[in-house]
Amino acid sequence: MSARTRELFALVPAALLLSAGFAAIFLSRGDLLGGLNGTNDVSAVSLTYGGIFLGVCVAAHLVLRVALPDADPYLFPLVALLASFGLVEIYRIDAELARQQATWFVIGVVAMAGTIVVLRDHGKLERYRYTIALAGIGLLVLPRLFSPTNGAYLAIKVGSISIQPAEFAKIAIVVFLASYLRDTRQVLVLGATRVLGVTIPPLKHFGPLLLVWGTAMLLLFFIRDIGSSVMFFGAFLAMVYIATDRLSFVVIGLLLFFGGAYLVAGHIGHISDRIEAWHRPFLESNFRPSNGVGGSYQLAQGLFAQGDGGIFGKGFGGAVLELPKGQCGATAQLCTLLPAPHTDFIYAVIVNELGLIGAAGLLCVYLLVVQRGFKIAMLARDSFSKLLAAGLTTVFALQVFVIVGGVTKVIPLTGVTLPFVSYGGSSVLANFVLLALLLLVSNRARREA
Amino acid sequence: MNKPITRVFLVTMLMFAVLVGATSWWTVVDANSLRTDHGGQNERALLRGLKVRRGVIRAADNSVIARSVKNNEGIYSRRYPQGDLFGHPIGYSYTSLGQTGVERYYQEDLAGKVSDVDSLLGGLTGKDQGGDNLQTTLVPAAQRQAEQLIAAASPVAGGAAVALDPQTGAVRIMASVPGFDPNAIRQPGALARLNKDNQRKPLVNRALQFGYAPGSTMKVVTLTAALDSGKYRLDTPVDGRNNAKISGVPLRNDFDEDFPAIDLTTALAKSVNTVFAQVAEKLGKQTMRKYMERFGFDKKPQLDYPKDAMSAAGVYGDRGQLLKPTSDKVDIGRLGIGQDQLQVPALQMAQVAAAVANRGRLMKPHIGARLVDRDGRTTKTIDPALQAKVMSEQTAAEVTQAMVAVVQRGTGTQAQIPGVQVAGKTGTAETATGTGTKNKLWFIAFAPAADPKIAIAVTVNDVVGFGGDVVAPIAKQLIQTLLNEKKP
Repeated sequence: MSARTRELFALVPAALLLSAGFAAIFLSRGDLLGGLNGTNDVSAVSLTYGGIFLGVCVAAHLVLRVALPDADPYLFPLVALLASFGLVEIYRIDAELARQQATWFVIGVVAMAGTIVVLRDHGKLERYRYTIALAGIGLLVLPRLFSPTNGAYLAIKVGSISIQPAEFAKIAIVVFLASYLRDTRQVLVLGATRVLGVTIPPLKHFGPLLLVWGTAMLLLFFIRDIGSSVMFFGAFLAMVYIATDRLSFVVIGLLLFFGGAYLVAGHIGHISDRIEAWHRPFLESNFRPSNGVGGSYQLAQGLFAQGDGGIFGKGFGGAVLELPKGQCGATAQLCTLLPAPHTDFIYAVIVNELGLIGAAGLLCVYLLVVQRGFKIAMLARDSFSKLLAAGLTTVFALQVFVIVGGVTKVIPLTGVTLPFVSYGGSSVLANFVLLALLLLVSNRARREA
Repeated sequence: MNKPITRVFLVTMLMFAVLVGATSWWTVVDANSLRTDHGGQNERALLRGLKVRRGVIRAADNSVIARSVKNNEGIYSRRYPQGDLFGHPIGYSYTSLGQTGVERYYQEDLAGKVSDVDSLLGGLTGKDQGGDNLQTTLVPAAQRQAEQLIAAASPVAGGAAVALDPQTGAVRIMASVPGFDPNAIRQPGALARLNKDNQRKPLVNRALQFGYAPGSTMKVVTLTAALDSGKYRLDTPVDGRNNAKISGVPLRNDFDEDFPAIDLTTALAKSVNTVFAQVAEKLGKQTMRKYMERFGFDKKPQLDYPKDAMSAAGVYGDRGQLLKPTSDKVDIGRLGIGQDQLQVPALQMAQVAAAVANRGRLMKPHIGARLVDRDGRTTKTIDPALQAKVMSEQTAAEVTQAMVAVVQRGTGTQAQIPGVQVAGKTGTAETATGTGTKNKLWFIAFAPAADPKIAIAVTVNDVVGFGGDVVAPIAKQLIQTLLNEKKP
């Protein structure tokens, strides 16, 4: 069976999962009675949604079949699985948001196909590496021009659409680093001096690395976003390590990062508040801060939601997300029990409704995507491809870690999306472009192999 | 370059393992603590409860005390059709205010503990889930009469009445005046207003909290200790002269009467202070403590009611701390006649009467009778259970004999019921010294003396007079009502 045929068959379970998920939601809402009365809404509508989803996926599959016949057969079905998971969960939270997310899913698939068709060969990216790097940094700094949300500069508003440039910047910066490290990996090691058994890279080449570190610190300082800076810097360290095979670089990098972060965190109230909220989320003064700003309400509610889920979860529709009417204040915001359930805290909702089992399953799907990503990096022949695939995979994995770790109180909480699952156009779009690049690398690697 | 890639992948796997581990921590290891230890923060159980039909609470005559009604948004709220009649024993249950009283004690049964399997099946079948109904032992007619009579006797300071079935421990009356209407509690600010009413204190359940000195009704406890310990017999002659020195301070008898040499039966019938104070001193603190504890003093009642809403009957020190009867600070003689900072809620004195009535065997008091599910099946029955064997049958018979004498020819003649032999004891505790003092008046009784069906304690506060004049007639009427009540 060819790679593409395997891909085609693997898409069917994802579509079935989507149908089953919608059916479960309709059932939990008590629409079953309508079904018994002969309208059969449950099966008809669920299967229709599943059919449309399968149609979109098969269309994308056909593009891949023509353009990238040798690309990894499992990546796209795994991503489709994640997306179906997200669509069902978002639909359960808000049907209108799910409709928008479905639209973004289609646009994302088109963007993936477009990237593949237009680029054809990811090697072209190397030629524009400085342009791409500048664009990446520009995208990061752009939100600074707009007003902050929750103390961080994360989004820019164009009309009614809110764009999160960091989602795109992560790809640009990985592309630049892959290209830059391909050129300098030899000199970083060979030109280095060894002091007490520790490899110190030559100053000339150390400069650009310091620049990356500085960028990460700047990110922390300017856009006040711990999550993004952890993602970028983590991916950068992983790529340096892969490029040079020197652990000392990673250690130096980590020391620099934590040292800088410590200094910066002390000077930005927003970040030290976050850390205090993370440290003691159930403290009443953190839970309901007197000034009403920040605090740990969201984190604590997320943890309560997870505890509520238990091992098997409450089932779709089982999580309590809102206070009933008449029991809360006048505004809709006061009626929210768990803030941002469709974006930052979708993981908590998933744990609440599908339990530890469902969440572990979701994390396994992510791990499989990551495994395919690193596999592609290992199969790739040239350094740029290797670094690009490994970098994109790392940044993807770190994004999952930052948000899931934040929601589960492993690390201080910062708002990034859960790739392909959280609601958000920028996220879906950027991650489909990331997927397209991985598929491009994979196609070349497996063709040559 | 593949080796470092493998290592980075391994690190990634480790990080994901940490995520699964953290999720397991919150969903399994710490889940219970997250659910229960964060009151006021985690309101999921409460919110889920809004959509569940709470069980109906019924009185002994099957009339509805509390029920849940659904509004057009599918949210239930509690209604109490009998108004303020059962405000104290039953309490209230509102999402914003939580639960009190029996509503709180039977919370899990009334709200329905929904298992995962049930909720899955319920979701599939669309069946309305709900809690069990609670059948109680309370008798509305007697409860109403108790509240009216106490309110008539003492409208502001109020009082309490508790009636028990001595053979089973079933609570037939639990009245506390002034009361409150649990329907009114849900109005904004209503609870705060009631809380601030320091003159009437309508939220204090006087049957279970903040007791008063039981006065001479305590002599039943002292008499029990005297007879059951074998140190006295009913016909033992005792010295009942006025102004005998108790703990170095002379003690007065009512109307300063002298009883140079009388037997214990007459001493109880005439309620002679000096006799029982001297008896208590002779018996000593250890013996008094032993019998008080058997009757249930010094510990919170074993009633099916929230523990923190009940106080233990006993001697309280200056700083409000509970003292053991063996403490140095206790004047055992005055304790033996129900003075000396004794604070005893009405339930405790009803239990004293009930223990004597049931041949020395004190039964655990209970308001709940049984839990019934929506299909009418009984899911749980609250069976009679022995709380303590207080005294021998012989002692119980002798104490009964003395208590019958109280009603026949002593201070409690106003509790006589034609055709029914009543055993009782009066009590009058002085609130403050001075002329025309307002007293805390008591009467405890059980009837019929030969085969007791009802044991009762009635108390009213701040009334001029004696327990035998004011409270004995109330107890009498309540006993009559309860004895005439048809068994459901």
